Amino acid sequence: MTDFKAISLSGRKKDVSDKSMTFMEKLYLPAIAKGMGITLRHFFKPKATIQYPEQKREFSPVFRGRHILMRDENGAERCTACGLCALSCPAEAITMTSAERKPGEEHLYREEKYAATYEINMLRCIFCGLCEEACPKEAIFLTQDMAPADYRREGFIYGKEKLLMKPEEVKKQADA
Amino acid sequence: MPKVTIDGVTVEVEPGTTILNAARKIGGDLVPPAMCYYSKLNGSGGKCRVCLVEITKASEANPNPIPKLQASCCTPVADGMEVKNMTSPKVQDMRKGVVEFLLINHPLDCPICDQAGECDLQNLGYNYGVATTRYGEERRTFERIDIGDKIQLHMNRCILCYRCTYVADQLTDHRCHGVINRGDAAEISTYIQNAITNEMSGNMIDVCPVGALTDKTFRFKSRVWFLKPYDAHRECDKCCGKAVVWMFGKEIYRVTVRKDEYHEVESDENGKPMWICNTCRYEKKDPADWVIEGVRKHEKWSVINQGKYMKGTEKVVIDADPRLFFGRPEDRKRISMNGTVTPEQTLSDGK
Repeated sequence: MTDFKAISLSGRKKDVSDKSMTFMEKLYLPAIAKGMGITLRHFFKPKATIQYPEQKREFSPVFRGRHILMRDENGAERCTACGLCALSCPAEAITMTSAERKPGEEHLYREEKYAATYEINMLRCIFCGLCEEACPKEAIFLTQDMAPADYRREGFIYGKEKLLMKPEEVKKQADA
Repeated sequence: MPKVTIDGVTVEVEPGTTILNAARKIGGDLVPPAMCYYSKLNGSGGKCRVCLVEITKASEANPNPIPKLQASCCTPVADGMEVKNMTSPKVQDMRKGVVEFLLINHPLDCPICDQAGECDLQNLGYNYGVATTRYGEERRTFERIDIGDKIQLHMNRCILCYRCTYVADQLTDHRCHGVINRGDAAEISTYIQNAITNEMSGNMIDVCPVGALTDKTFRFKSRVWFLKPYDAHRECDKCCGKAVVWMFGKEIYRVTVRKDEYHEVESDENGKPMWICNTCRYEKKDPADWVIEGVRKHEKWSVINQGKYMKGTEKVVIDADPRLFFGRPEDRKRISMNGTVTPEQTLSDGK
């Protein structure tokens, strides 16, 4: 008759016993020394952590992070508020209102119509990148940055002031 | 009564009916598209050429095929006529070419255009056109002219279907706009800087198959797919008062006529087209002016349905602190486009 208690399905079964410890084991000193040795060895191993805000890990090139609203090579906003990003957004995170460009604003807005307000609710956004795919004007892109944390919900609703490309980045973009 | 067979489907129609109307009597996919023909406007049709069909048998008396494709909107049926539309590769090929020709001078500014989403040319391009353009020349452009404070004319987008001139002829007491110049220079214009002010002139916006004539009071306000259309009516002494109001939240953004499956104005029970007057169209933007009848349904494929939840959902009341669902009121002050829903409203909804 098979002794069912002896079968180990995982192959890792260990027989435990309640035999009393020897004198050396009761001292605990060899075990402490062994543990310390392991700790000491880790001092010289490469570290798995980085000092985050100062150091940043490189993301994969397909990483999708915080959005940016692009300007063209002359610094004019590319977005025409066509609403296709909001239409494609599965999380319904994007809202916008549009306005008509006035004469003399040609250097600010590329097309006749522009987004007067443009808001992305970062709490809703799932960073799927469909807005980027839908955009017919190459105006919205997902960058390699992460959306930073905030203390208030309100702070996660990004308006144009947070999304729009900074004017100083326009030249950087042209040089690249 | 002549019998005509279109794509294998036979229908009996009144003598003198055009092939297009016979096809519409059958309905379904075999109806040729039309950009210029408008059944409610006398004399329209025969200009855009997208409704051309192949006639494989001219009639019972003359069973020969007609060698060239015929415009179905102005060719009357004959007894025993056999017509091929969707089943004819010749017609499909031709239509691709016609769409390409219509788009030669069209600016393709759909992201800006207010008509995008309900544009016949856009639908035609999706259904029959090709994704790329072969046209390398400079597109024809016009100086922008002002035709009044209610209608915006974008001559660059016009495909010269002449529908708006028929509206002016048949609905208003006198026409002050029309097509001037010839050939490539032909353009819709008022003769020397005139404004279109007639009371029924707003219907030009609804008959325009492209975004050449758009509502100035709705210009760049929103996109059609963000708005929710409702059938509504009001007492009006100038028109029937039956219209569609396009709402965003509790605001009316624009008012249009009711359009049927061919994007033509619907007729009332007496067969009279339900045109609306400018007062209803432009001045009655307060929801209190209208009696809402119900949600306006659109074709299943239409982008206007996007994001609309037509089936009512049951209100689930969870007995808990509303802040659990809606956050603190002070944190919500920037959500929503124009403050149509205030945090207080949202919070009281949750209670």
